[in-house]
Amino acid sequence: MAWVFIEEAETGPAAVGLEILTKAREFGSPTVIYFGAGSEAAFATLGEYGADRVFHLAPTEGSTGIAAAAAAIAGLASEHNPDVILFGQTYTDRDVAGRLSSRIGKTIISNGIDVAIDGGVGVTTELFGGTQLVTTMFEGDGPHLVLLRPKSFPAEPSGGAAPTVTTVALPDTGHAGAARVVGNFVEESQGPKLEEAAVIVAGGRGLGSAEAFGLVERLAAPLKAATGATRAIVDAGWVPYAKQVGQTGKTVKPDVYIACGISGAMQHLVGMKDSKIIIAINKDEEAPIFGVADLGVVGDVHQVLPKLIEALENR
Amino acid sequence: MKVAVCVKQIPDPASPYELDPSTHNLVRPNEQVLDDTDRYGVEVGLQIAGDTEGTVTLISMGPSGNLNGIRQALAMGADGAILIDDEALKGSDSLTTARILAAAIATESFDIVIAGTESTDGYSGILPQQLAELLDVPALTYAKKIDVDGSTVRINRQTTTGFDTVEAPTPVVVSVTAGVVEPRYPTFKGIMDAKKKPVDTRTVSDLGVDIKVDQRIVMVVPAPSRSGGEVVIDEGDGHQKIVAMLEQAKVI
Repeated sequence: MAWVFIEEAETGPAAVGLEILTKAREFGSPTVIYFGAGSEAAFATLGEYGADRVFHLAPTEGSTGIAAAAAAIAGLASEHNPDVILFGQTYTDRDVAGRLSSRIGKTIISNGIDVAIDGGVGVTTELFGGTQLVTTMFEGDGPHLVLLRPKSFPAEPSGGAAPTVTTVALPDTGHAGAARVVGNFVEESQGPKLEEAAVIVAGGRGLGSAEAFGLVERLAAPLKAATGATRAIVDAGWVPYAKQVGQTGKTVKPDVYIACGISGAMQHLVGMKDSKIIIAINKDEEAPIFGVADLGVVGDVHQVLPKLIEALENR
Repeated sequence: MKVAVCVKQIPDPASPYELDPSTHNLVRPNEQVLDDTDRYGVEVGLQIAGDTEGTVTLISMGPSGNLNGIRQALAMGADGAILIDDEALKGSDSLTTARILAAAIATESFDIVIAGTESTDGYSGILPQQLAELLDVPALTYAKKIDVDGSTVRINRQTTTGFDTVEAPTPVVVSVTAGVVEPRYPTFKGIMDAKKKPVDTRTVSDLGVDIKVDQRIVMVVPAPSRSGGEVVIDEGDGHQKIVAMLEQAKVI
């Protein structure tokens, strides 16, 4: 029996949650732990993706609700004994899973790209930039805790009916639960979303400056592409974190990924190597990105990109 | 304020990593480096300690080696380090690591415990939260900005769409993202002083923690690899090749 923790995003259940819920159907009728305000529409969506039963955890206004959610799930798990509790490799899921782990004394396997229940619970992870696949088995009794990377499974509705919803009260966790949300800020983003775009144009340190990211944006426009970035230029403050692709950023699988001035560090490759077609432009002939690119152009992005932009704009 | 900063010595990411073929554990050479992402946590710790006449103690688990990575963090200005080094900890899972660090932290009463959001070599990304629960304190996670106001710590917490401002009273665990501050470079004096600073090395039995590892790597296989395609040198016509490929992919 698998449980799936799903956080509420702006428009209902988080996309990664529905991906994992789709996968969890292989292990029987899944139960969802839904963390957020909740609505009839949200619960109906969970049913459509196969949830049989929903435990609804609604944080109180102002509180992050993280410590309380972990405490509530610990209580539910000891009552119902699920084999596994699956989470997404996302901010809130990591926060809840981490606290739950300590609370129930069960370790976590992170960064899973696949999970199997077959005698025991096994999790597949990628190592060394995705060049090696590692299978790790849990030992001892469940519930075993697994964090799965977004885009590991397609989200497919099963046409299920509305699930049974039980609202679970969040316990008072005292000082541990004292973190409060006092404000929020949404960064403006234009164009298609990174996770959904058919074409992505991404930039790295080889661009040379924050201003040069403008070339990436100009190339993206005629292609109706989303723009992405490496960790190096996000850390350098050239572009917001929301654009980061890689191990600690987003995992993307577009039809075409155009890497501009990106050397191809393992940290970055993990997030984009499953793109259908990869095109790379980089000055360094030895750059690892050329090892995964379907087309590699050894050259200066400042020479190649303006000509490419002009050619596309004139079509 | 009394600040603890969790840091990790890791094999130099610039050289290729390898696994021990029998244990599947990462091979850790005698000379390791400070995980680059930990420099942000150390800097945050030093700034808070500087503003509050406090101290910064490094907390680390793993093989000591020649202590190069720990000395790098001491050279930035940390006051001392507690390092838990024990053969029994090889191949530890995340919860064991958190229990060990929590036990070391609990021996002193820290106001703020700082950690990176994830290490560069293991990147499980849940240790700060496990630590907070074991210490029974709130966690302020993925901080991209941090302010201390009396006994209240306030951060901007990274979200997928921007950030939330979240606050909690001390004692508290804070996890910081790379880029939260500009880490200082060690001065020559800092590097010299680091050689004399106290590094308190402890074992599992010193901390009284039972080690129980609940996971086992059963298989490591090469991933189906993606092979590179055509690589051309740009002679002023590189863009034409790209246009041709975009046509072939039917995205233009």
